[in-house]
Amino acid sequence: MLVLSQVSKHYGDTQALAPTDLQVPAGETLVLIGPSGCGKSTLLRLIAGLIQPDSGAITLEGTALTPANILQTRQRMGYVIQEGGLFPHLTVRDNVTVMARYLRRDTGWIQSRLAELAELVRLPQALMTRYPDELSGGQRQRVSLMRALMLDPELLLLDEPLGALDPMIRYELQQELKSIFSQLGKTVVMVTHDIAEAAFFGQTLVLMRDGRIVQTGPFRELAQKPAEPFVEQFITAQREPMEQLAAVLR
Amino acid sequence: MNISWRIKTMLLVSCVASLVRPVLGAEAPVTITVGSKSFTESVILGEMLGHLAQQANIEANHRRQLGGTRVLWNALLSGEIDAYPEYTGTLMQETLVKENLQTEAQLKQALAIRGLRMTRPLGFNNTYAIGMKDELAGQLKLRTISDLQKQPELVLGFGNEFMDRADGWPGLQQRYQLPHRNVRGLDHDLAYRGIESGTLHVTDLYATDAEIAYYKLRALEDDLNYFPVYNAVILYRADLAQRAPEVVTLFKRLAGRIDAPTMSAMNARVKLHGEAESVVAANFLEQNLKLDIDLRVQTAWHRFWRHTVEHLILVGISLSAAILLAIPLGILAARRPRIGQIVLGIAGILQTIPSLALFVFMIPLLGIGGPPAVMALFLYSLLPIIRNTYAGLKDIPPAIVESAQALGLPSRARLHIVELPLATRAILAGIKTSAVINVGTATLSALIGAGGYGQPILTGIRLDDIGLILQGAVPAAALALLVQGLFELIERGLLPKGLRVQASELRSVN
Repeated sequence: MLVLSQVSKHYGDTQALAPTDLQVPAGETLVLIGPSGCGKSTLLRLIAGLIQPDSGAITLEGTALTPANILQTRQRMGYVIQEGGLFPHLTVRDNVTVMARYLRRDTGWIQSRLAELAELVRLPQALMTRYPDELSGGQRQRVSLMRALMLDPELLLLDEPLGALDPMIRYELQQELKSIFSQLGKTVVMVTHDIAEAAFFGQTLVLMRDGRIVQTGPFRELAQKPAEPFVEQFITAQREPMEQLAAVLR
Repeated sequence: MNISWRIKTMLLVSCVASLVRPVLGAEAPVTITVGSKSFTESVILGEMLGHLAQQANIEANHRRQLGGTRVLWNALLSGEIDAYPEYTGTLMQETLVKENLQTEAQLKQALAIRGLRMTRPLGFNNTYAIGMKDELAGQLKLRTISDLQKQPELVLGFGNEFMDRADGWPGLQQRYQLPHRNVRGLDHDLAYRGIESGTLHVTDLYATDAEIAYYKLRALEDDLNYFPVYNAVILYRADLAQRAPEVVTLFKRLAGRIDAPTMSAMNARVKLHGEAESVVAANFLEQNLKLDIDLRVQTAWHRFWRHTVEHLILVGISLSAAILLAIPLGILAARRPRIGQIVLGIAGILQTIPSLALFVFMIPLLGIGGPPAVMALFLYSLLPIIRNTYAGLKDIPPAIVESAQALGLPSRARLHIVELPLATRAILAGIKTSAVINVGTATLSALIGAGGYGQPILTGIRLDDIGLILQGAVPAAALALLVQGLFELIERGLLPKGLRVQASELRSVN
């Protein structure tokens, strides 16, 4: 479905991403994880065509991404970022339908698609005429997801989609997102720095460090057969506080 | 929003364009234009020329107090005006000094080569004189200009033109070997007030100035015969004799009819008794040339209305043009950083040129009147709009720009659907700043003959009439507030609703 071969990127002297290979099979949810600055967001932005690789090729369903076809290709990808990236001057409805209207899709189709998506993300119809500033953080992310799904893309790219939410809402949305992914059967690439979230969503986890992929595989494999000491450290660092918490509760 | 904005701007421009003709001056064949320098005597004589043209049933347009000799001379050469009152001494000692002319016959010849003619002298010699308070001169026992050598501590203040002219202060200082260090240039009319208040001791006078008697001044004797004769004449284009021979005939009737006391009295009626130049000029013609002048006296309201229309046209055209150019330039600057630096740099430099100088720079390029004033105001209005458009676009959070990109919207669509609406508030703030600066600066347009609220201000300074100055200053300030309010209303209509939500929530939080 999505294939990256020898893709690299650097900014000035800093190598943001070393030459990297990655395959994402259709219908799979792949999670990019690692500490800040490890290159996971760079990788996602390269896939979305927001930045151009220095070398290597990215192909989506056999078509190579080029500056010439990137606008076309982006219509086959949905992209959600941490803060939602909603346009503050447009209502929920206009935010979600902006691209469809730009492409002059049939008004009736737009209406029914909007209703369908609102139901999918469980957003009440009454909120359709609100502006982003009149919504809660969780509602904003739901709208952002609707906007990403509007043109029914094959590939969904999510950059820390739940990163800015408080824990309760985050937990609730995690559950919902996972069920939405499984309902839709789309190929998903998600970026997170939270190992629990990664384990919850991802069939495949890709752990990165300093612009390099350290290990690829299911969470179980990373936990049981770490490729480097770093893999173990990364998992332990996030697990330890939880275990202390669990110990207190016991 | 962008489309409706564009339509509104286009409407504004076409509205203004239909009003523009009176200021930009489309010349009909039967009208002539006369000019006058920026002092009362010249304005009175200019009014006479206007009245005389009307006697011949020719529409005359009088560009009052256009500026100094240079401006009038160049305007006459280029045909922007057809005639103006001038002094032989000025022509021989200043304008044509390089030709070293000795007689009036030689002067006539030099003028003919340039396609110009002059009438015989009108009858008075308005030479320069050096004057001071009679009382002070008495105390210091000063009678002649040579006597000034003995009083080096006196403060000298001269009209700006006298300061710079070859036949003014530099020559005078050399001839009399004057030692004074404290010498300043200022407006001729302000010099009288300086003398009266004692901050200045010595100034240049015109022999026919009404103030000499009024302020009890003594003209020091020119004992070394420095000042040449300044016979008043009417200078006109040779082609005027073909276009409107009857007007030239009437101009010539003025020759020898105005002696120094008569001129001085007329100056006094305007400057000291507040009569209109037009009325004084008409009375003279009626009494001395037995002409029946149809005095179309403009009421104060009529004048106010004319100045308002002129001012609005100047502001309207220059501001609309600036908006139309500056917003695209601001967008370009935001999108192409390298070109952006150049654009912002040039606009910044333009802004540092003193506005007065900018107006004067336009004269050689565009002549006098509306076009150079509009151009200067236009250049002046660019920077705030460019800078705010640039900043407004640059301040959009990267996450929002990126989201628009990720949706697959092409660059143009991103600009129109997302970026410009979000920059609306900044862009409108820039336009508001420009508009207020523009309305204020437009008062300087009167200096180069473009009229507007600057006209009463200029006349008020010349006549030392605070009331007249306020007639220009108050409406100009009111207009600035009005324009600001107008753009506030436009902002209310144009600002995307989602951004207003943001603003009102911010207020309620505060």
